[in-house]
This record gives sequence, structure tokens and C-alpha cells, in this order.
Amino acid sequence: MSAATVYNFHGGIHPPENKAQSLRLPLGHPKLPEELILPLGQHIGQASRPLVAVGDKVLKGQTIAINNGFLSSFLHAPTSGTVKVIEERPIAHPSGLADVCIVITPDGADEWQELEPLRDWQKVSKTDLLAFLAEKGIVGMGGAGFPTQVKLQGAQKHNLSHLIINAAECEPYITADDMLMREKSLELILGIEIVQHLANAQQVMIGIEDNKPTAIAALEKVIRERQSNIQLVVVPTKYPSGGEKQLIKLLTDQEVPTGKLPADIGILCQNVGTCVAIYEAVQFGRPLISRFTTLTGDGFGAPQNVEVLLGTPVSHLLSYADANLSQVERIVMGGPMMGFTLDSLSAPIVKTSNCILAATRKELPLPEPEQACIRCGMCEQACPASLLPQQLLWFAKSQEHEKAEHYNLFDCIECGACSYVCPSSIPLVQYYRHTKAAIRDAREAAVKSDIAKQRFEARKARQEAEAAEKEAKRLERQKAAAAKPAAKKAAPTKVTEAPAASSAPVDEETKKLKVDLAIAKAKLKKLDKALQEAQERQAVEEISALQLQVDGATADIKEMEAKLPATAPVAKPKDAAPKVALSDEAKKAKVDVALASTKLKKIEKQLADDPDNAELRDKQSALQQELATAEARFAKLQPEQASSEAKPAAAKPVLSDDHKKAKVDVALASTKLKKVEKQLGEDPDNAELKAKQAEFQAALATAQAELAKFEAHAPVTAKPEAKATAPADDEALRKLKIDTAIAKAALKKAEKALAHAQEIGADNVDTLSQQVDEARGRAEALEQALTKGEVPPPAAAPKAEVNQLAEQIKQQKIAAALAKAQVNKLKKQLAQQPEAEDLQQQLSVAEAKQQEEEAKLEQLTNSQENR
Amino acid sequence: MLTVLSAVAILVVLALIFGAILGYANVRFHVEGDPIVDQIDALLPQTQCGQCGHPGCRPYAEAISNGDAINKCPPGGQATVQALADLLDVEAIPLDGGEAEEPKKKVAVIREDECIGCTKCIQACPVDAILGAAKQMHTVIADECTGCDLCVEPCPVSCIDMVEVGVTTRTWSWEKPNGVATQSLDIIATDRQTEVNA
Repeated sequence: MSAATVYNFHGGIHPPENKAQSLRLPLGHPKLPEELILPLGQHIGQASRPLVAVGDKVLKGQTIAINNGFLSSFLHAPTSGTVKVIEERPIAHPSGLADVCIVITPDGADEWQELEPLRDWQKVSKTDLLAFLAEKGIVGMGGAGFPTQVKLQGAQKHNLSHLIINAAECEPYITADDMLMREKSLELILGIEIVQHLANAQQVMIGIEDNKPTAIAALEKVIRERQSNIQLVVVPTKYPSGGEKQLIKLLTDQEVPTGKLPADIGILCQNVGTCVAIYEAVQFGRPLISRFTTLTGDGFGAPQNVEVLLGTPVSHLLSYADANLSQVERIVMGGPMMGFTLDSLSAPIVKTSNCILAATRKELPLPEPEQACIRCGMCEQACPASLLPQQLLWFAKSQEHEKAEHYNLFDCIECGACSYVCPSSIPLVQYYRHTKAAIRDAREAAVKSDIAKQRFEARKARQEAEAAEKEAKRLERQKAAAAKPAAKKAAPTKVTEAPAASSAPVDEETKKLKVDLAIAKAKLKKLDKALQEAQERQAVEEISALQLQVDGATADIKEMEAKLPATAPVAKPKDAAPKVALSDEAKKAKVDVALASTKLKKIEKQLADDPDNAELRDKQSALQQELATAEARFAKLQPEQASSEAKPAAAKPVLSDDHKKAKVDVALASTKLKKVEKQLGEDPDNAELKAKQAEFQAALATAQAELAKFEAHAPVTAKPEAKATAPADDEALRKLKIDTAIAKAALKKAEKALAHAQEIGADNVDTLSQQVDEARGRAEALEQALTKGEVPPPAAAPKAEVNQLAEQIKQQKIAAALAKAQVNKLKKQLAQQPEAEDLQQQLSVAEAKQQEEEAKLEQLTNSQENR
Repeated sequence: MLTVLSAVAILVVLALIFGAILGYANVRFHVEGDPIVDQIDALLPQTQCGQCGHPGCRPYAEAISNGDAINKCPPGGQATVQALADLLDVEAIPLDGGEAEEPKKKVAVIREDECIGCTKCIQACPVDAILGAAKQMHTVIADECTGCDLCVEPCPVSCIDMVEVGVTTRTWSWEKPNGVATQSLDIIATDRQTEVNA
């Protein structure tokens, strides 16, 4: 065995060792206390989860709490007994706070549960071995209580050069490890072998201070006996050589970088107590239920080391070692450098409690009051971590946390060397501890606030997504509604409902209307063209139908034009004429139109699906007609309204249906007549055509008479005012004039035909001359009527009576004309069949009738003239 | 003349080179968003409580960057005001409302047997820290609760309490030492009137 090189670390102090007192007596074994108090959090990390309930009987070594997460540990009953209570009890903690503990009342039997050792540990997998150690509740027993399986697991990931067993025990007063090494040197070496099996390091070293010659000798003996390759390295006594990083520096001259673990540089450290616990667990299946603890200080009558069950209250140990509480200034758990004062003597021994120091006032005086830093620099000389304690103090005092961190505050091992040497009695370590805690709190708060922010933002995003989805659905619905034909009507109401709505939808509405308007206009043009063509071809039915359609289209366009400026007043201010309020009737008509068009569309759709359905076709045509009618009515009502708005003084009478019918009849009759006349022009000799012509003329006259009647009526009913009849009269007069002109033309034509016939000596000369006579008579009659009409009596008797008379005359005229026509017809027939007697009779009857009618007419005319 | 021209040419070339460097740097090291808002937001406690009058911490951060007062965050306390003052290089002003003591950390706790399952507190919670469904009991995830108070008011049966989070052995931290005493410490011999047997 070659002597290993021992290096040095910066700083360090040499306080009085005070280790001899507790080594005078052999290892003690205190009796069972009245109760064992087992805190659930005896280690770093998550507190264990209790497995037992109050009142449960437990055996020695039985698991009473299991690990609660990765960084946690098991807990076992140190003796057999009953679970008395699980509650908060004061624990060994610098804060003096209480924590949850399982309290066991021992039954005194100290009965072990059946133990299951793992003797073939070299054969089982390392993972299983680690799990086994975890189940035995083994944690680092040097100070922090880091769960051993976690530490070993972490170290296994690295290629280790050194396994260092920490046996330095540098803190004054404490001799627990010394005693352990004396008592259990073989167990320690066997335990180290198990750890080495797990760690598989190139070199195994035991670092021990030279103030433990007995332990060194004992270990050397065992190592020699076992021919182990474990190196026992004796280091000079200097506080804090037992610090993990300091010991590594001493043995390997390597420094653990800031923020790294020893495993990162290939080194694993284990405490001697941990190694012994590992051996006992593996060899005997014993969980960690007891430990070596030093009872020392001037307050104890019999200072000694004891093997004590975990959970034993400090007060029990004080009485066991004859503590003189009247002399004791304070009870410290741990050493004088790194320990903390216990507030409560009922606090229990835990897995990391290596010393109970019952110090008198003289031994451990109260700290001197803090004075100002004199910048002597002794703290820097003492610091084993090569920090700048003075700088850190400034930063701690001014709460400059960032700067303190920058000066590697977290490399401070809180050994207390700086405070120990400080001539101004500044509690430097307390400043650092406080600052460290403040920084940790700030970090935790930052993490928490980050999480809160994330959650808040996630929630916001979720809510926004929900709102967007709703909005999209709403828009979709709106779109669907707009696509329906009824939306045409709904659109303006929507606009009036939401006038403050954003301009975009309004613009859209306007655009749509504009498009519709353009379409309607194009349609109207097309219809106009068709109408013209029809007029040229003289297709009667088509013309009327087309006329109605044109009217409907015009009405539509007007409506749209009215709507358009209403919806887009800014866009088209010129068109912004006030919309004509629709009268009830007009509205009704509009509704009818809409209904009819909807029905029609439906039918058309059905028809598209089933084009051969005759019934549907019938329906379609019927609906088309209905629609046309409705549209026509609406169209009629609409312009009327507009004009009535424009010149309210000359309110036009509302046309009745009959009136309209009469007009249509007139138009039809005149068209037919024209056609016949045209044909006649081509074939002037065709008697049939001539007869037809006369017939149509008669029909026209009848229709005109009917129309005149209506037109005469209308003003009377509509406007009782005398003046208002003037326009109506004018129209009648105009008609009369036209009739006269027609009659005159007919006369001329007849005369011409007669002349022609006379020239060629045709046999129908007589008929023609008769016709000429007739035409002349008619023309004269009309002229008479015209002259009568042209002289409106300005201040005569009530106009209504005059009108009545005129109407009678007109009717009479018509009757006369009819009679004449019949006579003509009969005469014609007679000319073709001169022998037919019945025809002659008829003719005579008709002539008589004609004469009668003419007489009546003359009578009426005379009576009118007399007025 | 040549020297003048060459000097001008050199300067122009230099200007072009530096311009190119600056242009590249502008693109390469382009900073997205408003960094000051992010910095302010990082100092705020993120309780999202709305006590500042803004709907969340970030809106308040934006308001501060636009000149709002820095003392409107009661959950952050005077420490936050100080941090904001340091960041923005303005004078630290007392917290709005004159709350002198530091805010105590609280969490909402629902008295579960009184809860009627109305979900109102769930909707009010800005960090989704309340669990529950309609007509089912609700409960607060204490770890996620920011203690913002916003769930207390909507509760129709007033079954939500704001409970102060106590110090445990795991959250406890060492107190700051008192520091150098201001009055005489009676350390120097001439200060001492009577000898104390230590």
C-alpha cells in the first residue's frame, strides 16, 4: 500500500477539537423511550407517505412510510409497538417549526419483523440492489440526508475515477463516525465493497483526519486482513476537511465546478455511516432504524456516543447521559459550527442527527453583537470555497441578489469559518443563508409566475378560439339566411334594424343591390326587345304577357333603385330620393309578388328534377300568370304612388280591375283590327276579311266605349271636385278624335274601294256604296260627338249629368253602330246568296233596328245640344 | 487636390462599409416586440388579478411602458414597485392604497360541502386553477392558485376563503440578521461601566 499524496484546500480554520470528552465512555445503548417520534421528512426531497394508521401494531423494521416520488425515502418502525398518533410535532429544524410525524408507542418487546437480506448482492442486478437499498430507507448520514439510491444511480451514469469514503469528521465535538469506525470497522469495509460494486470506481479511498488514530488503526487492520485495495488516506486536521468538495480537493486535487456534482468529474463520496447502513441492510436485511450519535458538551454528566433509535426524543437522551439542564445554555443539534439550536427538547433524533451538544454558556457563548466590517480580509483567508465573503456580505446587506449570485454565493457551503474568524462578530453565514433563501424564493416565484402566465395565456387563447368559432358559425348562419330568396326582403329591414352596423356589411348589401339592379335592367331591355318583336309579329297574347312582364321588371327596378340610395346614402347621394312609403295595398301587392315568385321557383325546381311532369308544367304556367298579374298590380300601384307624391294636386284615380280589363280589351281589339286591315290592304277584294274588319271595328268601339265609361266614372268617384274631371274628359276627347280619324280613314278607304269597283264594273258596287255610306255616317256621328265634346260647358249644369248624357249618347252610338254592322253583315251575306229569304227577313229586321237606334241617338244628341 | 479627393473617397468607402455593417447588424440582431414590456411583465407577479385596473399583468406592463403609474400592483407589493423603479429609472413611489406591510401569500380554498356547483368561480379564475363541473363540487388546485381573489366575489354562497399560506419547514428561510446596532454596544473598555462576568 503506497502512501497517497495529500493535497490542500484553500482556507480552513483550526477550532478547539473537543473530541476527547465523548470518547471516554464506550458506546452507549439508551433504553426505549416512552414514544418514538418519526418525522416523515427526514431527508432532502419529498416527505414520505405514511403506510400505517393510528392504532396499528407495528413490528421492528416494518415499513411505516414509503417514498413519495423520485427524491424521497422509506421509513421504518425502530421498534415494535403501536402507532399512537400521526400529527404535527416539533422537529429538529432550525426554524423550530412542527411537521407531520408518526408517533409510535413501543411495547417493549422489540420484536423484529422477518428480515429479508440480500446476501447474493453480487449476483443481482445493480438496479435491484439500488431498489433494495431504497426500500431499506438508506439516506446519506453525513448531514444533508440525500437518498443514497438516487446518489448512486446518478453516479452510475458516469465513469468514476474515485470512490471517496468520508471519514474526516472535521467538526469539533463530534465523534460519532470515529466511534462507528472503531466499533464496526469490518462492517464499514464490507459496506464499502458493496458501494464499490455499485459505483465501479477505479480507486477507492477513505479520507480520515489524523485526530482519529484508533479508528485509523482499526481500519488499517481490517484492510490488511481482507487484502483490500481500499486506500486509507490520513489528512491533517483542519476544519472543514470533511466537506465533500474539500475532501475531494484534499485527496485528488480536483475541484468540483460551480453548479456541478462530484459525479460530473468522476468522483463519488459516501459517508461511513451510510456504508455501514448499506452493509447491514444487505447482509441482515435491517432497515435504517438507528444511528450513532454523539452526546457531548459540558452540560452532560456522561458525554458519550450512543447507538440510538431514530425517533428518540432529545430529552430522553439528555436524561440518559445525565445532562445538567440548569447549566445548559443551549442544546445544539449538530456541531458547534454548523449545528442549530433546538427550540424544543421533545424534537426527535433523525437519520442525519450526528450530535447533541448540550453547551454551557462558557462553552458556547452568545454571539457578540455585530459590528461594522473593518475589511480585515480574514474571512477571505478562512473561506474553504475560495469565495469573497466580504463582497458577498455587501451584496447580501443591500439585497443585490444578482451580484451575489455572480460572486458564486451558491458555492458557499455554510461552514461558518468566516464567521468564526471575523473580528467584528458579523454573522456572515446567516447573511448568506438568508440571501440564498431569498434568491431561491425569487426563483420559485418566477417559476410560479411563469406557470401562471402560461396558464393565463392558454386560457385566453382558448377563450378567443371559442369566440372565433362562435363568430364563424354565426357568419355561416347569416350567409345561409342571406342566400334564401326571402332575404331580399329581409335585407332592408336588417339595414334599418342595425344602422350603426359596420360599413362593410352595408357596402356588401349595396353591392348586391347594384348587381340585382343591373340584372333587372338587362332583363327589362330583353323584355322590351321581345315586346317589340311581338308587336312586329302582332302576336296578341304574347304582347299582353310581355307587357305585363315589362311592367313587373320596371317595378322591380324602381324598387331596387329606391332601396339602393337608402342603403348607400354616402355612395350615391344624387340618388338619395326619399323612398316612397308603400301604401298598404302596394305592400300587399308586393307580398303577393314575393309569394308567387317563391311558389314559382319551387315549382321550377321540382320541374327541373322531373321535366316530364305535365301537372307541374300546368302549375308552373298558372303560377307564372299569377305572378305576372301580381307584379302588374304592384307595378301599377308603385308608379301611381310615386306620381301622387310628385304632384299631389293632380291625384290620379285608382284604376279598378274592370277599368284595366277594358283597356286591355281596347288594346287587343285595336291590334286585331290593325291586323285585319293590313291583310285587307294586301287583298282588298276579300269580302271575308272586310267583314272581319267591320266586326273588329265594332268590338273595338265597344271596348272603347266601355273604357270611356270607366274613365268617365273614375274621376267622379275619385274626385268630386269639378275641375278634376278635366284630364279625364281630355282623354275621352282624345279617344273620340282618334275614333273619328279612324272612321274618316275607313270612309276614305271605302270610297276608294267603291270608285275602284265602279271602274271595273264589279257587282259588289252596291255593297261598297252601302259601306261607304255607313262609314260616312259613322264618321259624321263621331265628328258630331267630337264637336260636342270639344265645347265643354264651362259654367253649365253639374258636370256629372253632362257626362251621363254623353255616355248615354255614346252607348246609343255604339248600339247604332252595332245594328249597322249587323245590317252590313246581312247585306253581305245576302249579296252572296240573293235567294235566301230568311236572310232578307233578318236584314229587314236589322235595318229596322238600326233605324230605331239611330233615331234614339239623334234624340239624345238633340237633348244634349239643347242644354 | 488629389489628397482631398482621396480623403473623400476613403471616407465614402468607410461610410459604406460601416453602413453595411450596421444594416447587417440591424437584420441579424433584430429584436422582436417591445423588450421593455417583456422586462416589466417579468417583474410583475403574474397573479392576473386585475387589481391594477388592467385585464392581466401584461396589459399593465404595456400600460406602464406607456406611462402608467408603477405603484398599482398590490400583490407585488413595495418590492415590485422598487424593482420597476429600478428598471425604468424612475423614483419609487409608495404603493397605491398605502398598504405598508408586505402582501401575504394566499390561496383560495373552497369549503367543499357548501359548494353548489355553479361554475362561476371556474369562469372567474384567470389561471384555470379551479376544478369542477356544473352541479358538481369544485376545488382549487392550491399549487396553481395565484391568490388573486377573483373567485371570491362571484361565489353565490360565499364558500371561498382566502387562506394565508403558512410557513412550513420546507418554505422556511433564515431571517436576515439585525445588522450593526445603532446605539453603543458597550464593547470598548471605556464604554463599559460595569464588568460583566462572561
